[in-house]
Amino acid sequence: MLSVLTDNWKLFVDGFWTTIRLFLVAGVFSLVLGTALAGFRVSPVPALRGFGTGYVNILRNTPLTLVFAFLVFGAPKMQIELPSYFWSAVTALTIYTSAFICEVVRSGINTVAPGQSEAARAVGMTFLQVLRIVVLPQAFRAIVPPLTSVLIALLKNTTIAAGFSVAEAGAIPAVMAERGENQVLTLVWITIGFLIAIIPLVLLQRWAERRTAVA
Amino acid sequence: MRMRTLVSTVGVAALALTAAACGKSEPSAGGSGGGNASDSCGQLHKFTTASGVDVAGSPTFTKIKSAGKLTVGVKADQPNLGYKDASGKRCGFDIEVARMVSAGLGLDPDKVEYKEIPSANRETAIAGGEIDYYVGTYSITDKRKKQVSFAGPYFIAGQDLLVRKDDTSMDAGKTALKGKKVCSATGSTPIQRVKDEQLTEPSNISEFKTYSECVSQLLDKKVDTVTTDDAILKGYAATAPDQLRVVGKPFSVEKYGIGLPLADKALRDKVNSVLAAGEADGTWKAIYDETLGKSGSDSTPPPLEKY
Repeated sequence: MLSVLTDNWKLFVDGFWTTIRLFLVAGVFSLVLGTALAGFRVSPVPALRGFGTGYVNILRNTPLTLVFAFLVFGAPKMQIELPSYFWSAVTALTIYTSAFICEVVRSGINTVAPGQSEAARAVGMTFLQVLRIVVLPQAFRAIVPPLTSVLIALLKNTTIAAGFSVAEAGAIPAVMAERGENQVLTLVWITIGFLIAIIPLVLLQRWAERRTAVA
Repeated sequence: MRMRTLVSTVGVAALALTAAACGKSEPSAGGSGGGNASDSCGQLHKFTTASGVDVAGSPTFTKIKSAGKLTVGVKADQPNLGYKDASGKRCGFDIEVARMVSAGLGLDPDKVEYKEIPSANRETAIAGGEIDYYVGTYSITDKRKKQVSFAGPYFIAGQDLLVRKDDTSMDAGKTALKGKKVCSATGSTPIQRVKDEQLTEPSNISEFKTYSECVSQLLDKKVDTVTTDDAILKGYAATAPDQLRVVGKPFSVEKYGIGLPLADKALRDKVNSVLAAGEADGTWKAIYDETLGKSGSDSTPPPLEKY
């Protein structure tokens, strides 16, 4: 069983390294974009609220493969050029995941008592200040577990990039099949790889929960 | 704010594409225009179903007999080889070979049940009994022989290059690939050969799930060439003869076999004899002429390997 891994060590290392890079880059972008979208959705400007709602409803209901297919096969026909397939994948994962992060953040915002923002506005803070200084820090405390779930989903969603010319962990089975290696053992090792990759996220969640615990 | 404009453009465009993609995902082989004739399947070959067939000692055949039907693994996106048209009809050389074997096993070829199995899942599908046999550009290799057994070969192909019609820079064949963007199916043997022989730089290699997607990238000028077996490439070139052509300098030998369960030697012998009979009585030639032969290139049946 071990030889399946050790004989193809480079393939597994390269694959998972690409997976991790995809996850980290898309994860950071998604957190930023998702939080900004949540800000849109609670903002006092109707146009921003409308845009946020439209974005979330479209992207959350579009299968991720279609987002990928659009960026890789559709965009070139419309003269939209992305620098490489890797960045197409990052873009697809980001615009998809941020819709989910937006909703998680927004649900966190809803846990903050209205009096908090009213008081903040009463002392003369602008909307952005209220959001940044008063509301979001409290919101993030409430959303650590669901946010971790969205990030774990993102980590697994990176495997879709294999179908769009990014050689990450999801592309390993195809190469292994051509090399004549055992498919089931290949999948077992990929599963173990993902379990290992998820451990830091789980630890991070525990740490964040302990740090932000109210009592 | 620029980000917002970009995001909204992309969002709306994604929706537009979703609708477009659903509409024409089936006959995508034609890419942007060109192929009409080969986008829909015509008449299939008529076979005479053998009667009173029994394959002693074959567990697969016993299973087939009790189920009353055959399940055959095929490909669906290779024009003139293994193809499924917009109306759901299947045709091509591989499909005809599958039907010829079905007739030889005494089962009505029109009642064959097809399952589309991607290259990466072939061994699992055969070993797991999901399909009875597989006919779909399946090259016989020593490594694969350890997991499945092969009847045949029923066809010999070779790795070649598909290029845009006006591009003559790769006419020398594989030696001209340096600096060119090469596309093939994820993890496939042709792309591994390109990597192993370092025919082009690693950053120039793209890999997609299907060859149709590579052809789409080729037509969009995102890649310079699609490489795989010439049989597959000729099928695509035939769907868009004004835009695509095959270079015609094959640089490998791919023997296409019928994939069968590893332990079932009795069934392999039977399928081999069906193939031999088909080659002898002219059926092989007839189904070749009705499918791949339309590309204009001639072919003869290869000698069977009875290992």
